[in-house]
Amino acid sequence: MTDAHSHQPYVAHHFTDAFQQREAAKLGVWIFLLTEILLFGGLFVAYSVFRAWNPDMFHNAHKFLDVRMGTLNTVVLITSSVTVALAIRAIQLGRKKQTIGLLVATLVLAGVFLVVKYFEYSHKFHLGQLPGKYYTFTGVEGSNPHVFFSIYFAMTGLHGIHVLAGMAVISWALINTMKGKYSSEYFTPIEMAGLYWHLVDMIWIFLFPLFYLVG
Amino acid sequence: MNNNETANSISFLSEPKGLKSWLFTLDHKRIGILYLGGIMFSFILGGVFAMLIRLELLRPGPDLVSADTYNQLFTLHGAVMIFLFIIPGVPAALGNFVLPLMLGAKDVAFPRLNLASWYIYVVGAAFALYSLHSGAVDTGWTFYTPYSVQTQTSVVSMTLAAFILGFSSIFTGLNFIVTIHKLRAPGQTWFKLPLFVWALYATAIIQVLATPVLGITLLLLILERLFGIGIFDPAMGGDPVLYQHFFWFYSHPAVYIMILPGMGIISELISVFSHKKIFGYKAIAFSSFGIALVSFLVWGHHMFVSGQSEIAAMIFSFLTFLVGIPSGIKVFNWLSTMYKGSISLETPMLYALSFLVLFTIGGLTGIFLGALSVDVHLHDTYFVVAHFHYVMMGGTVMAFLGGLHYWWPKMFGKLYSSLWSKISVALIFIGFNVTFFSQFILGTKGMPRRYYNYLDQFQPLHAFSTVGSWILGLGFLIMFVYLIHSLFRGRRSGPNPWGALTFEWTTPSPPPTYNFKETPRLTHGPYDFDKIAVEETK
Repeated sequence: MTDAHSHQPYVAHHFTDAFQQREAAKLGVWIFLLTEILLFGGLFVAYSVFRAWNPDMFHNAHKFLDVRMGTLNTVVLITSSVTVALAIRAIQLGRKKQTIGLLVATLVLAGVFLVVKYFEYSHKFHLGQLPGKYYTFTGVEGSNPHVFFSIYFAMTGLHGIHVLAGMAVISWALINTMKGKYSSEYFTPIEMAGLYWHLVDMIWIFLFPLFYLVG
Repeated sequence: MNNNETANSISFLSEPKGLKSWLFTLDHKRIGILYLGGIMFSFILGGVFAMLIRLELLRPGPDLVSADTYNQLFTLHGAVMIFLFIIPGVPAALGNFVLPLMLGAKDVAFPRLNLASWYIYVVGAAFALYSLHSGAVDTGWTFYTPYSVQTQTSVVSMTLAAFILGFSSIFTGLNFIVTIHKLRAPGQTWFKLPLFVWALYATAIIQVLATPVLGITLLLLILERLFGIGIFDPAMGGDPVLYQHFFWFYSHPAVYIMILPGMGIISELISVFSHKKIFGYKAIAFSSFGIALVSFLVWGHHMFVSGQSEIAAMIFSFLTFLVGIPSGIKVFNWLSTMYKGSISLETPMLYALSFLVLFTIGGLTGIFLGALSVDVHLHDTYFVVAHFHYVMMGGTVMAFLGGLHYWWPKMFGKLYSSLWSKISVALIFIGFNVTFFSQFILGTKGMPRRYYNYLDQFQPLHAFSTVGSWILGLGFLIMFVYLIHSLFRGRRSGPNPWGALTFEWTTPSPPPTYNFKETPRLTHGPYDFDKIAVEETK
């Protein structure tokens, strides 16, 4: 193990060089993102099936989602994607302080997203717009309105869990940046965390029109 | 032993020492052996369930267990065999051990992820075992709604187990794809890869693309059961057939996760033990991808009588026939490889030959079942059970055992008893056919699957099948005895006991921790038996 690349402590023993390691990490993360898309894919199929079966109900039920809050959250997430992209740029240029600032900004924006989501959820809990058999609201016309909220909570809930996971990954990248583990030569983990965060953002970009902008 | 490296290299088995060094190992070979342990344990567990099922069915009426226990037994047999044994079987145990060696690499691309996948497997297995303890699930391994939402048994812990095991499978697949792309030895171009590697690659693609869909399906089932979200419940505007679509969108490709790596092993065995260059290398390599592609388009053939539209059923039926093409390509190429080869009937080759016979029967009866009018009659009969076991046990398990016997000397550096292993193959082959061929006949006579009781007229065939399960059990018992015996008393194996040409045989048996002293450089193709005289170093 004490061979040619011992001067690069971040290169694991089974890789020939830093380039091979970085390319492997990239490919791995892209494949992982593909699995995430397929995980959500099942829910998108369920959404399509039930919307095709209950078109009027979907239209009526979506009016009970707050478009302003949804728009706010969309802007928040897109901005957070910009900050994480800038963080990658900053570490590539070796600007550690700037990287830390941008990663913190990303975390704050992710937190704002969850807070807004919390207010939306609690409002629906209050009105009884809950999934499946817990649904007690009576204001939605059309067939099986509880299914709309089943799918709404399943999809946004799973997305919310992914936001939390993304925050965990970014926090880990942030801590390691503070420890000085990354530099303009080695920044793969931040880049990979950024890729994941973009995916979380992308899924929301699809959820927003499908739920808030029906019809 | 003419290899001077053998003397002065330290085997991965002996250094470092201690339980901790195994539980925290990042070495793909050790992780492969950890997986092998888990998989063998699951195989024995699932096998005991199978023996109990067959024993109960020896005579009609209640004998050994109650009807409810019987339902739990066949569910657990299916769930344990599929999720804990056969899906991780070849890739995670044998693949983990062999893949980096075949590529001339030191390890897989992500060793930590590899270890994590084993721990995830263990956690998933723990959930499955917990569900045994807390009211074993009785839905069948398919967890069909609405029954899986209504039954009092522990559906949630078993589905959670399958959900968790899915991640383990995804991580293995992801790791293998990246490893094959990025860690090949210098000079090892794609068409110089051993065919086992191609098969693992095609398998990994299915693992990565299909497993997440199972994940979300099981998650929705859990939500349905815990919160009544209603999307699979017709009373609430949901649809149980939607569950079947979701489930089979994963689970049909999943049977190719099970068979493809087995086919990869067969390609190795047939060429090595015929001492002849593989016939139709590219055709075999690409047919794996053909199977992987078509596997995603045939899930509806599980639902011909579930109320899907007739036009959908026709399309699915047609697409199902297409699977026969790449499978046929493989079988004929293997046969052509053996033609005029100098075949040595070592134990792994006997397993490969068993595979050829049994898989062909399993594959052809699959065509019967893919035909709409035939399937309406045979659906949910023993014919399906027999077909499935011919493909999965006659195919994958034979290939797995062939691979295990082929790489056993490499893994442990020990040779097992040639005589006893041949007796064991014979018993397994005969026992298998006695057990399952009778089930084809039972099925065509109308015996439904998963039934606790049956008409008296089926008794002779059921009894025949049960006797077969005893022969099968004896064969496996002998296998476990001589394999374990070989670990302690077996003769030491040289680096290349079979005279094969792939990288894993150029390093000592068992290999040192980092596999190769220097990164090997590829100088010949994996099956160039026509160009190179290999010396067998027993």
